Amino acid sequence: MLVKGMSAMNAVSEAGGEGTRPSPPRPKARLRMINAKVSRGGALFLGGLPFLFVAIAYLIASAQRLAVNPSDKLLPSPVQMWSAFLDLATVPDKRSGDLILWVDTYASLLRLFAGVGVATLAALSLGVAIGFIPRVRAFLLPFVTVVCVIPPLALLPILFIALGLGETAKITLIAIGVAPVMVRDIANRVMELPSELVAKAQTLGGNSWTMILRLVLPQVMPRLITCVRLALGPAWLFLIAAEAIASTEGLGYRIFLVRRYLSMDVILPYVAWITLLAVITDWLLVRLSQAVSPWAHPVEAR
Amino acid sequence: MSRIVVHGLEKSYGDARVLERVNVIAEAGEFLSLVGASGCGKSTFLRILLGQEQQSSGVVIVGDGPIVPEPTPQRGIVFQRYSVFPHLTAIQNLLLVEDFRSGGPFGRVFGARRRNARQEAEAMLERVGLAHARDLYPASLSGGMQQRLAIAQTLLGRPQILLLDEPFGALDPGIRVEMHELLTELWTEHGMTVVMVTHDIGEAFKLGTRVLVFDKVRHDPQFPSAYGATITYDLKLDRKNRASPQDVAKVAAMVGTARPDSAIATTASQRRA
Repeated sequence: MLVKGMSAMNAVSEAGGEGTRPSPPRPKARLRMINAKVSRGGALFLGGLPFLFVAIAYLIASAQRLAVNPSDKLLPSPVQMWSAFLDLATVPDKRSGDLILWVDTYASLLRLFAGVGVATLAALSLGVAIGFIPRVRAFLLPFVTVVCVIPPLALLPILFIALGLGETAKITLIAIGVAPVMVRDIANRVMELPSELVAKAQTLGGNSWTMILRLVLPQVMPRLITCVRLALGPAWLFLIAAEAIASTEGLGYRIFLVRRYLSMDVILPYVAWITLLAVITDWLLVRLSQAVSPWAHPVEAR
Repeated sequence: MSRIVVHGLEKSYGDARVLERVNVIAEAGEFLSLVGASGCGKSTFLRILLGQEQQSSGVVIVGDGPIVPEPTPQRGIVFQRYSVFPHLTAIQNLLLVEDFRSGGPFGRVFGARRRNARQEAEAMLERVGLAHARDLYPASLSGGMQQRLAIAQTLLGRPQILLLDEPFGALDPGIRVEMHELLTELWTEHGMTVVMVTHDIGEAFKLGTRVLVFDKVRHDPQFPSAYGATITYDLKLDRKNRASPQDVAKVAAMVGTARPDSAIATTASQRRA
């Protein structure tokens, strides 16, 4: 860990140095592809290229189609998309008087965070118990392993029948969809704790509960946050599936609603909006992990 | 402090026998060095004393009664790796000892008790020369500093018996000598019984008051794991004279170390000092 941290730190200081001041002339050496470092500016440029490529390809295709038929709906121009998006965000809906984008976003995020939140709590409590206490492991691990392989979308009709078409069913779908994998992952991580650390904690007087509090929880916290980041992908999938089937508002509902009118000028900005929300959530979780477990991010901690 | 009595200890994993007929009586305050070839079971023996593993048969008595089959504060341990908690800074690692000892529902002590614990922890950091590294995480400490911290943490637990599993195996020779001095001082101060497993014969003779060699005496060429290792040599060292080069050479030969000369040199220099 020390070595990794040090080398990463060197890499960062080098990259930073190249970015801020002109590097002194040094002999040009042909490095192997795997050893050639990328400067910060270079990384930004290379990372931006695919986005640029997709954007340009879209603009060309859209312009061509619109030149042939100005009322084409399949590939709307950026201006059309922006005005449609702005309408949804700022102009109250004629029938309900709501600002549709914000109502949709609020409803969807509420469901998403409620579902993922429940799953996270389950992962933390069950995962730690399964990973740390052999009796609980014997009791619950086979069950969780089996539940894990049930396709959650196959449960959706059952949830709608059992829980009605309201929020509960959607939140339950998200929670059931992501929780089992998270529980298993956390349990595995707890079981991977070096036995030396657990033995040492016991020689210092730790009992099962205090060891969970002071050793296991802090040690799995970075992994839990990574788990949540990974679970958010499937969570969005389940959210949009549930909203597409039975809902009256929500980002997924809106996309599937306007699909009937081929309103690509709404669908595309909505997809971009969902992507933006997902990226922001992910970034916030990374920052959270750095704040909560600075020891697990040795470079950033300095 | 606490004496250790081991009688007729045997340890097998399935068909493979690791230890057999191990008998030792260690008086309180002794410093036992366990040496032996790799895989001879000396670390297994230490883990049995720790309570992390249980003997297959035989009696182990630590202090007043039979050994508790799980790690307890009676026996402290320093491992070669993973010996401190990576998610806590140096000072937090030491404060954790009092938090664990309190055993409360929050796993943490508050108020006056915390202030006392903090003072004690600061003093201990000072004692092992880590005051400057107070707020660093173990990942940014060197190997030697991590082991100092580990020893400090274990000592704060006030164990009657200190178990060391190759504690200095991963350290540079220079740092190792420093650690030897620190450990000897702390052992003199606290007077606990120490059991140390090491690969370094020189270290075993330099630190120990008694050197135990683990080796197999019976061999079955058809089934090498049929017989386990036992204590083949038990040498009590005189505090004043330490070991003679002949003894060191003899033990080195038994353990099969590649360079007995260096082991003799280490102890010889120790004797002169």
